[in-house]
Amino acid sequence: MTLWHKLRPYSMVAPAIIVFSVFFIYPIFYMIYLSFFDWNFVSPTKSFVGIQNFVDLLTEPEFRQVLSNTTLYTILTVTLTTGLSLLLALWLNRGNFFYGIVQGAIFSPHIISLVSISLLWSWIMDPEYGLLNWVIGLFGFGKLQWLAHPSTSLISLVIVAVWKGIGYNTLVFIAGLQSIPADIYEAASLDRSRPWTTFTKLILPMLSPTIFFLVIINMIGSFQVFETIAIMTQGGPVNSTNTLVYYIYQYGFRFFKIGYASAAGVILLVIVGILTIIYFKLLSNRVHYR
Amino acid sequence: MTLILRLVNAAGLLLLVLIFAMPFVWMLSTSLKTLPETMIFPPEWIPRHPVWKNYIDAWNTGPFLHYIMNSVIISVSILVLQMLTIIPASYAFARYKFAGSGFLFGVVMVTLMIPEQLIFLPVYLELSTFKLLNTHLGLILPFASSAFGIFLLRQAFRQISDELLEAARLDQAKEWKIIVRIMVPMVKPVLVTFALFSFIAHWNDYFWPLVMTTNDVARTLPIGIAKIREVEGVGTWNILMAGNLILVAPILAVFSLSQRHIIKAFVYNGVK
Repeated sequence: MTLWHKLRPYSMVAPAIIVFSVFFIYPIFYMIYLSFFDWNFVSPTKSFVGIQNFVDLLTEPEFRQVLSNTTLYTILTVTLTTGLSLLLALWLNRGNFFYGIVQGAIFSPHIISLVSISLLWSWIMDPEYGLLNWVIGLFGFGKLQWLAHPSTSLISLVIVAVWKGIGYNTLVFIAGLQSIPADIYEAASLDRSRPWTTFTKLILPMLSPTIFFLVIINMIGSFQVFETIAIMTQGGPVNSTNTLVYYIYQYGFRFFKIGYASAAGVILLVIVGILTIIYFKLLSNRVHYR
Repeated sequence: MTLILRLVNAAGLLLLVLIFAMPFVWMLSTSLKTLPETMIFPPEWIPRHPVWKNYIDAWNTGPFLHYIMNSVIISVSILVLQMLTIIPASYAFARYKFAGSGFLFGVVMVTLMIPEQLIFLPVYLELSTFKLLNTHLGLILPFASSAFGIFLLRQAFRQISDELLEAARLDQAKEWKIIVRIMVPMVKPVLVTFALFSFIAHWNDYFWPLVMTTNDVARTLPIGIAKIREVEGVGTWNILMAGNLILVAPILAVFSLSQRHIIKAFVYNGVK
């Protein structure tokens, strides 16, 4: 083997690895480093403050609310999206032309910019003239404030996220359902297995890799929610929809507290890291692999 | 199935389509209304006298031709650079044994797990040191490679049989020729899938251009649309929805023409 043969693979992976190192790996360490400093971006000196930023963050009621907002948003979005999508997949899993149209319709929001969706839903959720208040009015409900009131603002954002995400999730579930061999269903129906038993004992275990995949994808997506908040609520009213990424954005770009914002970034990094590890540890044992 | 069950099923399907299509129809309807017409409750679906001028007003709130050009330049450049970096890297990871490949692939997987929303602040500071804020390069370079693309393409390269490669090598073909002429064409469906995925993602992106730009030099279409509200004022939903349609219509049109293919690209290849 010549020297070139040894070096060739490295030269092939180098461009990608350089990009990742400069724009992903190094920034992680740089962010951790910055989190120990008090720095406003403009001043030439950074002053070392140790773990003070973290102490400040965790004792700050505003930040605690941001943490609980993010958690609540993630739990609601992930369970609703995954659960409803599974039901829709069981219903829509047909090859028929009409089902194809329905699948296309529910999928379409997935490829639309979050800017468009946020603007559109801000209008739909307008308290005075919005379409949503008209729709719930048909069922006898009074007008709701949706994004304008802290009691409904977070759930309004969840509704938008579920509306956007459900089509993609449903089609992934349908792909999962279609990869289950047909003879397994036949065996179950020959055994006169009841639908519920077939579902819990057969479909659910066979689908568990798909469920696992979707829960992780949805969680990572929910934790980085930004666009809908930036456009629809700006974190308000009274901080009720402020979440981690938006909070970091506010402190970094509006108040120029770089160290403080970096510390919040490190906390987000730790949370995402822990969740990923927990999921891999807990679910990898239970997930059914073929 | 009995007739009643069929009807219930059909009604359910129709309701489902309505839930997902109605918002877009509502957007179109609003975009053609006068401002007083948007303030009628209960809402009316058909505008009395379609106001096409809303589209001109929306277009005139900013340099939209410039925004569109920026969107094209940035999305296409990202796509080309990604192709140039992910094809060789994924091929090396799939086909060569080399010391440290496990570690380097680990770097790729970590990148796959880290959302860019998590590290935008340090990257912003980095780009500001390089004097790349408010430039096209600043919006392109961070995405010059894609961990997702490497992951996807590596799987595809792995599935190509060894016999084919051996046969080509016996013919004394140069390795790079084998890659360009034989291997890359074989993974073309995956490349097309990835290209679609990447282009739509960066065409739609709002977060990165918002964070990395403070003026119109490198700003893209989504920023321009979101800014209409600042120019026209809060509550001018008719102008805002007209602008929004400029952003949504091309994607929805392409989608309705090649729905099957796009869905397959987004969904099925990602799962397997």
